[in-house]
Amino acid sequence: MSALTLAPPDVMIPVAARLATVDKETHDTFTLTLAANSREQELPAFAPGQFSMLYVFATGELPISISGDPAERGKLVYTVRSVGKVTHALVTSRPGESIGVRGPFGTAWPLKESYGRDVLIVAGGIGLAPLRPAILHVLRHRGDYGRLIVLYGARSPQDLLFRKQLSAWNYVPDTLIINTVDYGGLSWRGNVGVVTTLFRHVRLQPARTTAMVCGPEIMMRYVVRELLARGLSDEDIHLSMERNMKCAVGFCGHCQLGPYFVCKDGPIFTYGKLKRWMDRYEL
Amino acid sequence: MIKSKNLVETLKEHAFLAGFRPAHIDRLAAMAHEVHFERDQVIFREGDESSFFYLILSGKVALEVTALGKTLRVQTLREGEELGWSSAMETSSKHFQARALTVVRALAFDGARLREACEQECAFGYALMRRLLSVVASRLQAFRLQLLDMYSPEGPKTS
Ligand SMILES: Cc1cc2nc3c(=O)[nH]c(=O)nc-3n(C[C@H](O)[C@H](O)[C@H](O)COP(=O)(O)OP(=O)(O)OC[C@H]3O[C@@H](n4cnc5c(N)ncnc54)[C@H](O)[C@@H]3O)c2cc1C
Ligand code: FES
Repeated sequence: MSALTLAPPDVMIPVAARLATVDKETHDTFTLTLAANSREQELPAFAPGQFSMLYVFATGELPISISGDPAERGKLVYTVRSVGKVTHALVTSRPGESIGVRGPFGTAWPLKESYGRDVLIVAGGIGLAPLRPAILHVLRHRGDYGRLIVLYGARSPQDLLFRKQLSAWNYVPDTLIINTVDYGGLSWRGNVGVVTTLFRHVRLQPARTTAMVCGPEIMMRYVVRELLARGLSDEDIHLSMERNMKCAVGFCGHCQLGPYFVCKDGPIFTYGKLKRWMDRYEL
Repeated sequence: MIKSKNLVETLKEHAFLAGFRPAHIDRLAAMAHEVHFERDQVIFREGDESSFFYLILSGKVALEVTALGKTLRVQTLREGEELGWSSAMETSSKHFQARALTVVRALAFDGARLREACEQECAFGYALMRRLLSVVASRLQAFRLQLLDMYSPEGPKTS
């Protein structure tokens, strides 16, 4: 690991973008769309899985994954769950206000490497947001990939994100979307049980499957077990990790995970890289 | 209704019985009868004396718990899965209420007869119990994860 040095100032300075829309997804989760502040401003392109540092003036800055369609230029879309000070400030910002943006930063989902292969997406809770650009990419380039399987778990039916989109994706050929919730009321007729219970309903071809997983770490640990039990290799399992961040460019050391900086070497890692360290942290 | 020859084929194809010996399948087939449940029909209630063990052939079943006047769905089961494992183990009352969420087709086995067959032929009993144990273990694991409430805004419950 290299010694810590000062980050170059340009990557540390947020660029102001205009909050174009705020859409309610669930009781605590909102999708924010940022647009250019002026004709001259060009918002950067991103790769599915990357994140930005979003800065709410006078409140603070935090990492948020980009959840929009990578093919749609000119806007940046984020899905934010209000859990604390800065996320609350973000989701209560009004259209027209300015939000500071740095990035995009970090590694991407292995979409090029997955050409011709089955793509298995396993998401839990807000973890579907960083995976949505990957799903949208596969759907846009449907012929380049084998089967697309999305297994998605949320706490309750009210917590399921992108519900309309999820049901629409199910009609795309060779695409299977299965949702489940941890608990459901009497009006919920869908699946109930943690996301790992969905593995019983799919037949994987391990040698030709790439898995992309995002959710709470405890969930990812159990998902990895299911994937390994079904014959996927460590290198075909990709996980998105979260750590507290400050600089987001590998300078401050805040996001260290074993020998890695999650902001620069991640957030997406193969399980092969992570397995020694996942077991040691929190799990 | 499934004919008895087809019953053997149906049992052979059922995921719960994958790898079961042909003689054991025959034994089960002799005890099985097909049942149907209508959408929303309660299959058994919490506290009912357990009697039947089911292998689901098609449709979806929800396991429900009622607490503080509220009914909560805690698990759903589908084709290829089993329902009512406790009746195969012992005479006891049901821990959950089971409700058909769709039209459900299943094979039903009388718990007392199943237990008797297990006593009579230990190899059959062992094969069945092994499968039941693996189902119970994976349900226990899933319930543990549910209890952790992993998606809660406060993070997983650890104490
Ligand atoms: C690479 C990366 C990508 C991310 N992408 C997204 C995203 O797309 N959408 C999104 O909503 N969040 C995302 N996060 C998480 C987000 O950055 C945190 O939720 C945020 O930093 C919390 O800041 P806060 O000031 O709102 O909460 P704080 O005031 O710092 O914390 C308030 C409370 O929330 C809890 N908390 C903090 N973070 C989390 C968390 N991640 N999950 C559950 N509880 C938490 C704290 O333990 C505390 O109890 C991402 C994080 C990383 C590292
Ligand atoms: S956030 Fe500074 S090193 Fe990763």
